[in-house]
Amino acid sequence: MGEPSLRGDGAWVGASVPRREDPRLLTGRGRFVDDITLPRMLHAAFVRSTEAHALLTSVDLTEVRGVSGVVAAFDAADLDLGDITALLDRPAEEFTPTSMPVLARDKVRFVGEPVAVVLATDPYAAEDGVEAALVDYEPLDPVVTEAAALAAAGPPVHEEAPGNVLVDVSLFATEGIDAIFSGAHTVVTVEARTGRQNALPLETRGVVADWDDRDEQLVVRTCTQVPHQVRTVLARCVGLDERQVRVTVPDMGGGFGQKCVVGREEIAAAAAARVLRRPVKWIEDRREALTASFLAREQHYTARAAFSAEGEILALDADVVCDMGAYSCYPFTAGIEPLMASAEMPGVYRVPAYRVRGRAVTTNKAPTAPYRGVSRPQYVMVMERLMERAARSLGIDALDVRRRNLITEFPYRGVNNITYDPGSYLESLNLCEQVLREEGWPGRTPDDGRILGIGYACFSERTGYGSGAFAQRKMQVVPGFDLSQITMDLDGTVSVTTGTLSHGQSHETTFAQIVADRLGIGYDKVKVVQGDTDRITYGWGSFASRSVTIGGSAAAAAAVKLGDQLCALAAHLADADVESAALDGRGGVRVGDRTFPFAELADVAYLRSHLLPKDVGPGLTATASFDVGGDGTFSNATHGCVVALDPGTGGVEILRYVCVEDCGVAIHPRVVEGQARGGIAQGIAGALFEQVTYDELGQPLAPSFMEYKVPTAAEIPDVRIEHLETPCAFTANGAKGAGEGGTIGAPAAVLNAVNDALRHTGVELDHTPITRSTIHSALNRTADTDRPAEALQEAR
Amino acid sequence: MTDVQLVELTVNGERHELVIPPRRTLADVLRHDLGLTGTHIGCEHGICGACTVLVDGEPARACLLFAVQVENAAIGTVESLSAPDGELSDLQRCFGEHHGLQCGFCTPGFLMLAEGFLAEEPDPTREEIREVVASNLCRCTGYETIVDAIGDCASRRRAALQGVLDTAAGTPDPTLESTP
Repeated sequence: MGEPSLRGDGAWVGASVPRREDPRLLTGRGRFVDDITLPRMLHAAFVRSTEAHALLTSVDLTEVRGVSGVVAAFDAADLDLGDITALLDRPAEEFTPTSMPVLARDKVRFVGEPVAVVLATDPYAAEDGVEAALVDYEPLDPVVTEAAALAAAGPPVHEEAPGNVLVDVSLFATEGIDAIFSGAHTVVTVEARTGRQNALPLETRGVVADWDDRDEQLVVRTCTQVPHQVRTVLARCVGLDERQVRVTVPDMGGGFGQKCVVGREEIAAAAAARVLRRPVKWIEDRREALTASFLAREQHYTARAAFSAEGEILALDADVVCDMGAYSCYPFTAGIEPLMASAEMPGVYRVPAYRVRGRAVTTNKAPTAPYRGVSRPQYVMVMERLMERAARSLGIDALDVRRRNLITEFPYRGVNNITYDPGSYLESLNLCEQVLREEGWPGRTPDDGRILGIGYACFSERTGYGSGAFAQRKMQVVPGFDLSQITMDLDGTVSVTTGTLSHGQSHETTFAQIVADRLGIGYDKVKVVQGDTDRITYGWGSFASRSVTIGGSAAAAAAVKLGDQLCALAAHLADADVESAALDGRGGVRVGDRTFPFAELADVAYLRSHLLPKDVGPGLTATASFDVGGDGTFSNATHGCVVALDPGTGGVEILRYVCVEDCGVAIHPRVVEGQARGGIAQGIAGALFEQVTYDELGQPLAPSFMEYKVPTAAEIPDVRIEHLETPCAFTANGAKGAGEGGTIGAPAAVLNAVNDALRHTGVELDHTPITRSTIHSALNRTADTDRPAEALQEAR
Repeated sequence: MTDVQLVELTVNGERHELVIPPRRTLADVLRHDLGLTGTHIGCEHGICGACTVLVDGEPARACLLFAVQVENAAIGTVESLSAPDGELSDLQRCFGEHHGLQCGFCTPGFLMLAEGFLAEEPDPTREEIREVVASNLCRCTGYETIVDAIGDCASRRRAALQGVLDTAAGTPDPTLESTP
């Protein structure tokens, strides 16, 4: 007994057991937030700005209040709530603090920004009420593009940031880097833009809140990845003690990061419930979700890399501008994307010299939250494009260029001051290439006139960010640890709390497997308790692939402590030394030739406590926390993608997709594969299909699924997955995070495959999403030889 | 107050009388008036398919139908698939076994889509299944395991049917013959 063992040798971890979540979800008996109905419940709908940038001159809700079914309507002045403010501990030249009001006051900053909330007896009436609102605006010139933001010619988005820059950091700047570039054999440049995307959980955001007089609490059922952070912000905005707010999370239809920030609508609906003393439900509709929720990924890279004649990377210099939209998100701030990109861009390669400038600009578009992968899909794409461009320039095979630069000796201390724990960077690339070769893809020519291309992406995924890693980002609110409490009941079954929060990732199953192995009981005897701020000590929720690495390790440690208690109790009852007691792996403790089933020990702990040792209190419960002191643990993968381009239509079909992944020990291999497949689908979506677009006035152009093209089974290919296993040395079971990798690698693999197919044209594409018209233009370029490649890229 | 209308609906074989505004969608009636919350709403414009139910055996988007439109139809929802004691149907088991669901929000729609499809086409190719699965959106799985689950369910149903036919025709059971 003691610390969690490196490798669980029990029966549950590593087995793809039936999911505990499945029966209720398969029978329609799950409980999502919109499934909750409370007596006298009102329905909220929001009056939203129709202007991208304007002074709010008047909000008249008189007519609204007269609409049949409408009970109340509030604007910012009526509710008088505190703002949502996320801060970085960085100097003024690096960070400009701004706030997000719950309802717009004085000014609106994007189309869709909530201006007032209408409460009615049914959602139809609430929408009728919204239509009766009279809002007057004094329009200002909207800041719609990164270029307009940096030009700062008109009124700024936030008065506090006259240049529209919220974060501006210049990091690392290895001494002598300019000399390396000027003396290098080859310097390649990539300028890449990536489209704005919506994380798009299929369940939109939503909340049911009510004031409970008996508990003297505002009880808020909301679909969030971060319940405690919602509690903290809500308590501050509304002016309640933390204990007066209880946030619970029902079943959740995905999040992917969009729900790991605090949303203003959930605060407004809860505040209305408190004022009206009636339950209030708000369910976001899809139009709101597409235009007025949190978006991500609109980034612009200008990157240079210096190479030796042999293809060895000598230096990397990057300028990263992230268009964060109108507001900074809590708790991450507008720094979430540029700080991630700046800190981690060298990725899986030995980059000896590095300089980066990362900026967050603010524009009159819906704000940004973390989205699965956070900047890594983008900078990995840029790094992989640099490798490909260097390979072409040097006349070396692109995979050989990668092999010359991949980190192979661990632990590796990077130029970015991050220590990488062991991984299988080279092995995964070699296996991925081998699989595609053995399947016969290289050199194949389709007989239907289409053109084949093969692309690769090598990357790592830093997971298990502890408080040390987030502190390096200088967030004022520093996530990191997680804490679990485990309690054994009379019958020998256990409940274990976790501050993480499953919203599709199967934690009810995987955490149960982890705990079951520590105690030697069935995974069906472990109940995982999550998503309730009254039952769980402060936790950080689920994001950044932290749940199994950090939350799972805390749960394992708590289970180990409980096991120690059980052994001590059994030894006492047997009148033996504690060293002679050990868990028997079958739900009991063996002491010499005697066996004490857990139920027998629990019986003593609760019902016959007079038999306990004098210094031992009643009950069987243990608490443990876990944090990562170092730089986290790195999962890694190589993706290989085969595409066929249609010269007639410019269409891209993905013929084959191979993922060789290494997330250490997989607790539940089928769940890991599911994360990879689903992640790859989202990465492909960003590479080829999805983009949130606006017109020059900042009006959203993709407010429905007719315009925002989410790929279906017709576009997403089957994925062959191969596993490698490099266990993490410091998490329970040796697990590394597995939530984001698929999304990270796919854009680069797809883009490289398209470029491979375009090789004969001389066109190289660096932007996503790659559109049919871009490909069509590139393939038909011989008829249009005057247009430079760059112009083709812009013809999107 | 908005006009209301008396509507009789047959859902999962049960008859319901409702007084509802004519603008109320079938999805809202199922979820909020009948308490059948297994039918989910993902877009309210007929694209995502989370609200797919069976109307006279055909998959239909409950968000695009007003309840008053389907008065004389037999409506089937996800709640009809499992046995009263909660025992999963073969299709539901296949989704679980193939990890064809993660968050589970789109799952009822895919189940009803597949149920309607397999009733019409018991012997589909993988490509035909993929084409039907492309009717709905899933953000978690990447679709492959949903296609796998539906294909497996079709195979199992065909095998079970073949077993019944063989028994009825008195065909000797090959497994018995091979027994030494």
